[in-house]
Amino acid sequence: MSQPVHFHAAADFADRSLAAVNDAGLRRNFRSAMDYLQTKRRAQFTDDGELELLRDLGQAIRRHALANLPDLLEQLEARLTANGVVVHWAETPAAANAVVLEIAARTDAKRFVKGKSMVSEEVGLNHALEAAGIEALETDMGEYIVQLAGEAPSHIIMPAIHKTRQQIGELFAARLPGVAYTENVDALISIGREVLRRKFAEADIGISGVNFAVAETGTLFLVENEGNGRMCTTVPRIHIAITGIEKVVAKLEHVAALNSLLPRSATGQAVETYQNFITGPRQADELDGPDEVHLILLDNGRSQAYADLQLRATLQCIRCGACMNHCPVYARIGGHAYGTTYPGPIGAIISPHLLGLDAAYPLVFASTLCHACVEVCPVRIPITDILIRLRNEAQARPGSADATLRGSGAGRKTLVSTIWRAWSLVYSRLRLYRLTSWFMSRGRALSPIEQGAWTRSRTPLVPAPKRLRDLIKERGK
Amino acid sequence: MEHPHGLSRIYPVKPADVYLFATCLIDQFAPEAGMDTIRLLEREGITVHFPEGQTCCGQPAYTSGYPEEARAVARLQLDLFPQPWPVVVPSGSCAAMMRHHYPKLFADDPPVLAKAEELAQRIFELTEFLVQVAGFAHPDSGEPCTVALHTSCHARREMGSHETSAALLANLEHVAVVEQARIEECCGFGGTFAIRHPDISEAIVTDKVASLKDSGTRRVVSADCGCLFNILGRAARLDEIAGSPAPTLEGEHIASFLWRRTGGAEQ
Ligand code: SF4
Repeated sequence: MSQPVHFHAAADFADRSLAAVNDAGLRRNFRSAMDYLQTKRRAQFTDDGELELLRDLGQAIRRHALANLPDLLEQLEARLTANGVVVHWAETPAAANAVVLEIAARTDAKRFVKGKSMVSEEVGLNHALEAAGIEALETDMGEYIVQLAGEAPSHIIMPAIHKTRQQIGELFAARLPGVAYTENVDALISIGREVLRRKFAEADIGISGVNFAVAETGTLFLVENEGNGRMCTTVPRIHIAITGIEKVVAKLEHVAALNSLLPRSATGQAVETYQNFITGPRQADELDGPDEVHLILLDNGRSQAYADLQLRATLQCIRCGACMNHCPVYARIGGHAYGTTYPGPIGAIISPHLLGLDAAYPLVFASTLCHACVEVCPVRIPITDILIRLRNEAQARPGSADATLRGSGAGRKTLVSTIWRAWSLVYSRLRLYRLTSWFMSRGRALSPIEQGAWTRSRTPLVPAPKRLRDLIKERGK
Repeated sequence: MEHPHGLSRIYPVKPADVYLFATCLIDQFAPEAGMDTIRLLEREGITVHFPEGQTCCGQPAYTSGYPEEARAVARLQLDLFPQPWPVVVPSGSCAAMMRHHYPKLFADDPPVLAKAEELAQRIFELTEFLVQVAGFAHPDSGEPCTVALHTSCHARREMGSHETSAALLANLEHVAVVEQARIEECCGFGGTFAIRHPDISEAIVTDKVASLKDSGTRRVVSADCGCLFNILGRAARLDEIAGSPAPTLEGEHIASFLWRRTGGAEQ
């Protein structure tokens, strides 16, 4: 299985996050973007009662879909097929890319335009196409910017959020022939649009993601703000949509409910500028639309999450990005430090299934468990409980009943396990606790091995001369 | 009082007796906060029982991914509170552990689970207990001062006790509680997170110290010692680096602050 090319060894997470926290410009960019997004979201949900009811509904719809996942996927395939959409199942990123390359080879397609799709990032589609000599142009403005810069998205909704407009102006001036530096946002957008419009007309194949796939009607629902998604799905003669198997919902009306949460949670917009309901290729009596529509349904480890009743909740996600917008860790290190397609809290809980816990376990520890993500998640994913479970798995004794996932136990370190066993012994044997804490209070110093990491940034913790239990005893005398 | 979704609970009438679960941090590092907690409760006419067998709620191991070790420690605490009295915990974080996570920790062990669930119903964070159960109402007798309130993430998002902490301070006539930027954001402690990811933790707590100082006060109170030690330890280190002759940020547990403001002797 090929991993996304920009995935870095998990062991480097600490190095990348250190570099990120020391990058003052990056810290400023993320902080102001997060503050902005948090304020926008708050303004959308002024009525707490309404918000909580909507979240209940969103959670129920997603749980219902997952509880019936095999049946709904079957129904979806049948309805789509009846609508003239070709459905492909891909177990791995390589299989997904192979489907795209086959279609390209069969139809002699050389030029692709792409709407925003995180699943296409997950499978590394651009690199697979490039390797086959096919040009794939990102048409979402943010994606276009990161593609031009040779980078990966740093946020699942706003791929170029780590860049200032000055940086984008410099990038355009350096990379686009005949373009002068400007930091005027409108000017930058029209420069980008100019390039993209020409490409739409020439493209053979358009790639898109899917926000929700409706089983009862065989509808692919896709939202966007720039109109590029509609261009990608209607102008080229072939449209290939790619998404994860979890994106199915039972009924069309479920889309309405979920979409009353998605844009408001994501960007703080009441509604997106474009909502596309795609039900198949151009019919005989229609003027517009592609000749062929394909849907690739990707597993890539999702079935591992599905098989576990606690971890299944991970698949409720509607990819709104609110969890990262409110995450104190994400705000400090940005998306690239995670090294995975999906950063932030959702990245930490989904990546272990996509990449294996052995590759992704450092991410599950990169959280203070502050619950800010849980508080805003529109479908009530218990992200912190899932993080704790994945921490257990990461450190489980390999082969034990607690090691159930691909890569479980990879994060187990003998020294750390020994410290915790000792800790547990002290705190579960009153006599031992009394003794250690008595020594600590007499010695006025802490011995645990890891005070070093604490005192690097803080003054040392000093035990009190008398413990509370001593004071209470003295008082009772 | 409004509570975040799912946090509303029914409160008992004021009891004659309560248990105190003081937390390992208060026992070893801030015993005066524990004594002030006892004094506050006793002044309400409540007898405070401190089971000597208590050690730690087990949260450090639980959140670090060592459930067996956490269970061994939590198991010991479950037997300490045989009477049906409320258990008062002067920490939102430890209270949340006992109230919301003990049942998860023992989910696969039905007899112990029943015990954990019964205990969970009786767990109250200190300020929650003072406001909702004890009906705390003592006049402020201190000099005018300003103070910032730091509410821990677990107090705020699992116990809803950020509101009761704020309400207690709001009732102190001569105390002005200052506004601070991003009051709802984590201080970066996160238990062993501070040790496992010291760089990220430092970045978060440095920002927290800055927004507390920018709020225009030099004093912070909190119902959670973990956050306080993190914030004050960072502030003190920054003072050292800057060569500041006096601390630029000081703080204490809200129990000590309340006790002193409402007529308790200077401790
Ligand atoms: S986990 Fe929740 S908050 Fe995060 S992206 Fe998914 S739906 Fe949005």
